[in-house]
Amino acid sequence: MPKILRRLLLKTVWVAVVFLGITVVSFWVIHLAPGSPTDLQTTMNPQVTPEARARLEKLYGLDQPVHVQYARWLARLATFDFGQSVSGDNRPVWDKIEERLPLTFGMNVASLVLTLLLAVPIGVLSAWKQNGPFDRAMTVLVFAGFAMPGFWLALLLMLWLGIAWPVLPISGITSLDFPHLSLWGKTLDLLRHLALPIFIYTFGSLAGLSRFMRASMLEVLRQDYIMTARAKGLPERTVIFRHALRNALMPVITILGLSVPGLIGGSVIIESIFALPGLGQLFYQAVMSRDYPLIMGSLVLGAVLTLAGNLLADVGYGLADPRVRQASGEAA
Amino acid sequence: MRPLTRPSFLSRHGLLVLGLALVGVMSLASLLAPWLAPFDPLDINVRAILQPPSWNHPLGTDALGRDVLSRVLWGGRVSLWVGFVAVGISTAIGLALGLVAGYFGRLTDEIVMRGVDVMLCFPSFFLILAVIAFLEPNLTNIMVVIGLTSWMGVARLVRAETLGLKSRDFVLAARVAGAGPTRILLRHILPNALAPVLVSASLGVAGAILVESALSFLGLGVQPPDPSWGNMLLEGKEVLGIAPWLSVFPGLAILLTVLGYNLLGESLRDLLDPRLRQ
Repeated sequence: MPKILRRLLLKTVWVAVVFLGITVVSFWVIHLAPGSPTDLQTTMNPQVTPEARARLEKLYGLDQPVHVQYARWLARLATFDFGQSVSGDNRPVWDKIEERLPLTFGMNVASLVLTLLLAVPIGVLSAWKQNGPFDRAMTVLVFAGFAMPGFWLALLLMLWLGIAWPVLPISGITSLDFPHLSLWGKTLDLLRHLALPIFIYTFGSLAGLSRFMRASMLEVLRQDYIMTARAKGLPERTVIFRHALRNALMPVITILGLSVPGLIGGSVIIESIFALPGLGQLFYQAVMSRDYPLIMGSLVLGAVLTLAGNLLADVGYGLADPRVRQASGEAA
Repeated sequence: MRPLTRPSFLSRHGLLVLGLALVGVMSLASLLAPWLAPFDPLDINVRAILQPPSWNHPLGTDALGRDVLSRVLWGGRVSLWVGFVAVGISTAIGLALGLVAGYFGRLTDEIVMRGVDVMLCFPSFFLILAVIAFLEPNLTNIMVVIGLTSWMGVARLVRAETLGLKSRDFVLAARVAGAGPTRILLRHILPNALAPVLVSASLGVAGAILVESALSFLGLGVQPPDPSWGNMLLEGKEVLGIAPWLSVFPGLAILLTVLGYNLLGESLRDLLDPRLRQ
């Protein structure tokens, strides 16, 4: 037990170091780049004098050296204060993030669940009948999935289901008559708006995950205990679903933790295509208006989610496989 | 026996051949764009706005009357260029760090591999987006930023290869003969570690092309009027309902190119890794 505790402690320290590293690099890159958040409010407005600009910079703390700004930012972050947005409304960064979190988070969770529900059977079947017709068909699908840019798939689907055969809305999250709908009508309206985005998220991650499931299953099927199970005369069904699937599933579930950065990046593009008011769109707007606190807030959130995903993957993997637990216990 | 090998090679390595063909055709088409393109990709023609595909304009024209086929051909140069330079940068970094980490081990290894871990935790697309937007979106910045954020896989790969190779007899022999670490790494280990690097470079080109097209689609990549597949799709989105051909062909070009590099990489991997061959 102390070994596990020690490992957990080391892991926590490591995560903290990585988190600090990410914030330092991001902060420097963003603040040392040419241009400033005050550009939009000053340079573009001929009535603003250099003095007014200097006052504005002082107000935002931009007149200080970068390391002082970083120290202040970090000190505020420690009290969970992300600062205030410097573009337009000056609202607290966390408020702006919080109101957009449910949509992005909900869509990603929904698509992850869908991906798992589809990828696991596909992977198992492909591995079970390796090189059979189903496996070959799925291989084609996987290669198409890897090569298909999500935003192009979105355009094609909008063209097909939104314009040529208009059955789904292609922009926004609710219809104009949304406030007047019944609860059931509201749910349906929301689902219809989110159907295409969720499908595109799912298609994007399905290729990778089903491929991984197939590889994991093939690896397990090669093990001696599978041969033992078959030799005992167990029905093939029991061998596949009781003995093989259980062991093949764990690495797949843990790899979900590693897919977080991809999901974060994907939401920027998909939310901008479908005009969805989520975090990706917020980040895009923040970048365009050089809203430093808002950009840093989003990056911190992204880093925290990524690290949490990595940690979960790590812990899950260790719990699932005693061999890993032992090996890393010795190494750490 | 000789004539028999040919058909069996084709049937056994069909995916490799398909990948090579796709990569070859798409590369040639964009390299020869100045000669193949029927029109100047920047030529505005107000009398031929948003025309559907025809004999004169095989892929139609865009909102400014520019020929889409010519723009797709010229746009391919951007993708090809970004793919190769970005992968060149990431492969160079990954090779150097991987060789050093694998060969010297201990603290060097620890530092490099923890650096890899940190980089893997970056929400990299967020950072790429921010950096490009701040540094002004142009081709050089895009290539460098993609290269600097995608070397981790190569570094891990090369480190693992180096670890395996450094205790082999021929490396020991070289060391006994008095070769220094630089010579051992460059002359004896590097050539033997190149095969998996080739695979990851091919897959890397595909990834870089996808990132560039996504950036251009967000308006943060190649700037108009210069054509790139991503910004053509962005322009196509505005007129999706009236000119669907603008949104179809550039995307198809991305799909075929990326598919080609992926097929090439995957089948090279199978070819080079005897354990996977059955």
